[in-house]
Amino acid sequence: MARPSKLKVDRRGFLKGAGAAGAAALTVPGVVAGAGAASPPAPATATPLSPEQAAQRLAAETAPLDEEANPLTVTDPGSDFMVDVLKTLDFEYIISNPGSSFRGLHESFINHGGNKSPEWLTCTHEQAAVNIANGYYAVAGKPMAMITFAPSGLQHATMGIFGAFSGRTPTYLLCANIADGEARRPAFDWGPHAMQDPADMVRDMLKWDDAPGSLQHFAESAVRAYKLAMTEPRGPVMLVVDGALQENAIADRSKLRIPRLTLTTPPAGDAAAVAEAARMLVAAESPLVFAGNVARDEEGMRLLVELAETLQAPVQGGGRAMPNQHPLSGGGNVRSADVILALNEDGLFGRLNRYVDQQVRGSTSLVTPTAKVISITSYDLSTRGNYQNVERFQEVNLAIAGDPQTTLPGLIDACKRLITPDRRRAFEERGKALAAASAQAVERARVEASYGWDASPITLQRLSAEVWDVVRGKDWASVGGGVNRLWTVDAFYRTMGAVNGGGIGGSMSIAIGAALAHRKHGRLCVRFQPDGDMLYVNSALWTATHHRIPMLFVMQNNRAYHQEVMHLQRMANRRQRGMALAARGLPGSMLTDPNIDFAQMARSMGAYAEGPISNPKDLRPALLRAVERVEKGEVALLDTITQPR
Amino acid sequence: MSQRMAAWLVIAAALAVGEGLATAKQQVTAQQPPAAPAGNAEKGKTLFVERACWQCHGLAAQGGGAAGARLAGRVAPWPAFSRYVRRPTEEMIPYTVKVLPDQDLADIYTWLRSIPPPPAVATIPQLAPRR
Repeated sequence: MARPSKLKVDRRGFLKGAGAAGAAALTVPGVVAGAGAASPPAPATATPLSPEQAAQRLAAETAPLDEEANPLTVTDPGSDFMVDVLKTLDFEYIISNPGSSFRGLHESFINHGGNKSPEWLTCTHEQAAVNIANGYYAVAGKPMAMITFAPSGLQHATMGIFGAFSGRTPTYLLCANIADGEARRPAFDWGPHAMQDPADMVRDMLKWDDAPGSLQHFAESAVRAYKLAMTEPRGPVMLVVDGALQENAIADRSKLRIPRLTLTTPPAGDAAAVAEAARMLVAAESPLVFAGNVARDEEGMRLLVELAETLQAPVQGGGRAMPNQHPLSGGGNVRSADVILALNEDGLFGRLNRYVDQQVRGSTSLVTPTAKVISITSYDLSTRGNYQNVERFQEVNLAIAGDPQTTLPGLIDACKRLITPDRRRAFEERGKALAAASAQAVERARVEASYGWDASPITLQRLSAEVWDVVRGKDWASVGGGVNRLWTVDAFYRTMGAVNGGGIGGSMSIAIGAALAHRKHGRLCVRFQPDGDMLYVNSALWTATHHRIPMLFVMQNNRAYHQEVMHLQRMANRRQRGMALAARGLPGSMLTDPNIDFAQMARSMGAYAEGPISNPKDLRPALLRAVERVEKGEVALLDTITQPR
Repeated sequence: MSQRMAAWLVIAAALAVGEGLATAKQQVTAQQPPAAPAGNAEKGKTLFVERACWQCHGLAAQGGGAAGARLAGRVAPWPAFSRYVRRPTEEMIPYTVKVLPDQDLADIYTWLRSIPPPPAVATIPQLAPRR
């Protein structure tokens, strides 16, 4: 289509007009307004300025500014004080994907804070940043700070925040915002950089938030946020940090004070209720303990073992709270239990009821009518209504609000006081039977792992056994997946506990954060990495290589979102039209054609990588080569092709 | 171990025990359970994949943890096996005759019973008891 001739411009004419427009844009607005107040605006293709006009504009542009009214530098910006405040909270790291709304804080952390305590970590996506912080907490036991901006960065971060909420992780979030319209740059600082109330976007997932309007307010809220995040039950907090407050000079530093942080001691259960729980447990013939997110540290694990041994009671769940090879770990069952003790158990209804996912859904209780259920949980002390992470309501006979780890010493003492010689003999007999059953379970697991041993794709059981055989003699730590009954989990730090990424796509970043916390201890970190999860925010791998976080990724690459494959098959079979579904390749769930080269992806980000490996006989030599690289401080990835389950 | 996994193992154990009992009874009584229709193991292996059994039970029928019990080495007698496939009482995906005709199921059954035993645990160093 021919263009109208009036739109035609030659290059010389275009540049001439653009130059004039540029010169006009450089003029001081006040001068222009004064000079042309009675005249219509000059057209973009105006004639060149007269010598007088040019001289006038040059004088206006180069005249000295009033230093007091228009300072061009600042010696004591508000963000320096903010960094001073945050340094008192003992953060090792702060992580972000950069954003101009917190440019003031970013510069202060680097130059004023010296990029130490906290050290700034570079991340390529906000979701990954929050999840790295979530994973770090799971091992370090203290929060990592994460900074982003409203609204765009915060929107990216939401799934990680949901993970922190679900896993009760005290991730410390800072969200920059430019509240004052006068302080915003045109365009950029309005739509993508400013909100009225940024925390509103994620408030349902936060334990607490604030938007300080002054530096003193920031200091107090920063300390309060940390304190509340770390109070049981823990959870993520967020401070909205104003852009102008970061960049403006501190009016009077002598008037600012940083409050002292005093963490709140966790609450223990009511003593009378604990005594009643002890009475029920000691009298029980077949007690069963469900351990959810009980232990915060090695002491929590030691206490749970002491309770189990005191009662000779089996403990299920909570792989992190109980050494998995302990003879009381994993035994017992609900149907035969007469007293059930649930400790910070998120999914108690699911534990105590049988649910069947058939066309007519339903659940039936597994608990015998005469059995008693005791709950000791801090989760009743902090709830949110919008996100339905509480499962169905489970009836219990005795509900004790309190932190389990803090309550355990009192419960153990109360039990010990009630144990008579007769009960002790009965406990010992029960313990022997449970120990025998536990030994048999381990042997069964060994036999189960032998089935499909030489199959290709590799079975998950063989993959796990091969990795265990390589790491068992080292100071290893699992940063996600793969650990089973054949491994020896003999310390709190060996596994990860109840850390949550908010769904598929979070666990790889969580693993990187956990490995970062393990780094200073020199532990060999292993992550069993599903392919579907890695495809969400795989650029987090670069954060691991960039910051020299040594770890081994062993892929569980089944080339599908296989859980959804099974769900589709279930739907098709119910509707009696599933005959050829699997053979057709299940559109929407398969990750084939082309197959994804994860080794090449990892190498592109600086990791050592091998694969795809589909012959189980190739596993061990590849694992030995990869572990050698990790022990030298590198990130290594083996793309192992596995069976789905 | 989750309750769901425990339930699966109970089923698997019951089926395995049932198989053992059936074998014993075959030797001493005239009342034998109905035999499985004749099947083609090679075709059954293909159908095990095409009809998606492997998705939960694994390509070698080695079991998929909580998703599906091991079938290799412990297939129930045909009556219990076929009844459960048609009308499972737990989590298993139901397979009607329309989705999986009797002959196809018999082929799969024949293949499952033909799977050779795995190597002995004692011969696998990676599965040696913890040191």
